[in-house]
Amino acid sequence: MQKAYKKYFPLFVLPTLIAFIMFFCVPFVLGIILSFCKFTTVTNAHFVGVENYIKAFSNKDFLNALWFTTKFTVVSVVTVNVIAFSFAYALTRGIKGTSIFRTVFFMPNLIGGIVLGYIWQLMINAVLAHFNVTITTDPKYGFWGLIILTNWQMVGYMMIIYIAGIQNIPTELIEAAKIDGASKAQALFKVTVPMVMSSITICLFLTLTNSFKLFDQNLALTAGLPSRKTAMLALDIYTTFYNRNGWEGVGQAKAVIFFAIVGLISLTQLYFTRNKEVES
Amino acid sequence: MARGRRRNTDMDVSPTTGIIMTIVFTFLSVAFLYPILLVLLNSFKSKLYISDQPFALPNDQTYVGMSNYTDGISKTGFWGAAVNSVFITVFSVIAIILLTSMCAWWITRVKCTFSTLTYFVFVFAMIVPFQMVMFTLSKVADMLHLSNPIGIIFVYVGFGAGQAVFMFSGFVKSIPVSLEEAAMLDGCTPIQTFFQVVFPVLKPTTITVAILQAMWIWNDYLLPVLVLSSDYKTIPIAVQYLRGGYGSIDMGALMGMLVLAIVPIVVFYLSCQKYIIRGVAAGAVKG
Repeated sequence: MQKAYKKYFPLFVLPTLIAFIMFFCVPFVLGIILSFCKFTTVTNAHFVGVENYIKAFSNKDFLNALWFTTKFTVVSVVTVNVIAFSFAYALTRGIKGTSIFRTVFFMPNLIGGIVLGYIWQLMINAVLAHFNVTITTDPKYGFWGLIILTNWQMVGYMMIIYIAGIQNIPTELIEAAKIDGASKAQALFKVTVPMVMSSITICLFLTLTNSFKLFDQNLALTAGLPSRKTAMLALDIYTTFYNRNGWEGVGQAKAVIFFAIVGLISLTQLYFTRNKEVES
Repeated sequence: MARGRRRNTDMDVSPTTGIIMTIVFTFLSVAFLYPILLVLLNSFKSKLYISDQPFALPNDQTYVGMSNYTDGISKTGFWGAAVNSVFITVFSVIAIILLTSMCAWWITRVKCTFSTLTYFVFVFAMIVPFQMVMFTLSKVADMLHLSNPIGIIFVYVGFGAGQAVFMFSGFVKSIPVSLEEAAMLDGCTPIQTFFQVVFPVLKPTTITVAILQAMWIWNDYLLPVLVLSSDYKTIPIAVQYLRGGYGSIDMGALMGMLVLAIVPIVVFYLSCQKYIIRGVAAGAVKG
């Protein structure tokens, strides 16, 4: 059978493979090469060694963005997952209105980042207007604004994944725990949580990588203001590339560093939480 | 897992707690919807009053009818952007589903070094952030004259292939080969086997991939703004376009645009909610 399939390679694989090579592999490899070059377009590049990386790491905006992104990611991963799990737990107890609540909480997820950013810019500025300030007055407003926005956007999505996990727990397990005299809290932490470990792995992975890579929301909500203090890594890379002449190489070096961090986080996180999963 | 799934109809809390929880979640739901309502409300107010009195209802003095909408539409070329968004999303998703399912099936069924290697590169692509390739990718697209709504479909197939191949491949592994062997014995060519036997079985994954890719492409801002030439906009580009240099923005037109951007999504969501939520839950299990 394999033999019969094999000669159909051009039809089945080639279209995807060509598009993938052209729009992923080639840009990726070129990107790595260009991070060691000075250039304004792909054709006028010349090799400069690690100069771009040195410039990137001594660039205040980049270090500030790295720190801002890290803080943001830590806070949003914790808040999104705690809220999403609580919602999921509460909305699997069979209370009235469950399906309406689920529908409402999931909806913001379908709205794009740019639109979300402007919705929350209006909302947050409306509240801050009472104190005669705006979201771009102080970086801390931008920070918490992004946290609120991210929670609003991601909680519903993660909640759906947690609900699927909780619903997959065999009822007998919880019943057995109750018969053995476990309290509600014990049943939750000793049975439910370990049994949804695979959902937790996925949700941590998604919130971690999506928070770290946040771009559209950042651009629309604060655009990095005041003076690039609320720019996250993705936005800092973008501004280095497109708003600063002669710094394309540094932008590309920043992008490679960004990729390395995202890759490292993804792999470490998957490795650690996969180990904690219970076979079910 | 057929045995004893927890059902939503079994109350797990006392009636009083149940009522209190319903009340709490009703408030939470209203709070969740409030920002959208605030945008809707302000879209009917004169732009002078949006920043000054954001929470006030429109009154005789502040009400401007549909003028924010007409302003926004003419400033951004919204209808053209909406047509582009629909076109790009629909055809990219169709192309991704068709091409990547074929590719995933082949590299899963034909066991050789090449297919294993290709699979790993696809998986690897999933963790690469777009910023890593944005500059070079837009240059490649430009060189190949793909800076238009048709050309960008190829870009989406290439950049979206990783996740789609990964998900299809995961499902193909669970399909018994005997099904395909039987089809081949009946004289089917591999093309017929795929389209008449395998592709229909893939349906649940197809729905999941379609939903995830559609959500991504419809809302995507950075890839189209870098790839498309400035003659073409999509809805997110049109919204962002309202922001002039250094933060000056027509709040009235912006409110109108935001409402126009949200309405189609909400309508679509409410009409296929079941599939979307199921698709997301299923996608998480495999992703």
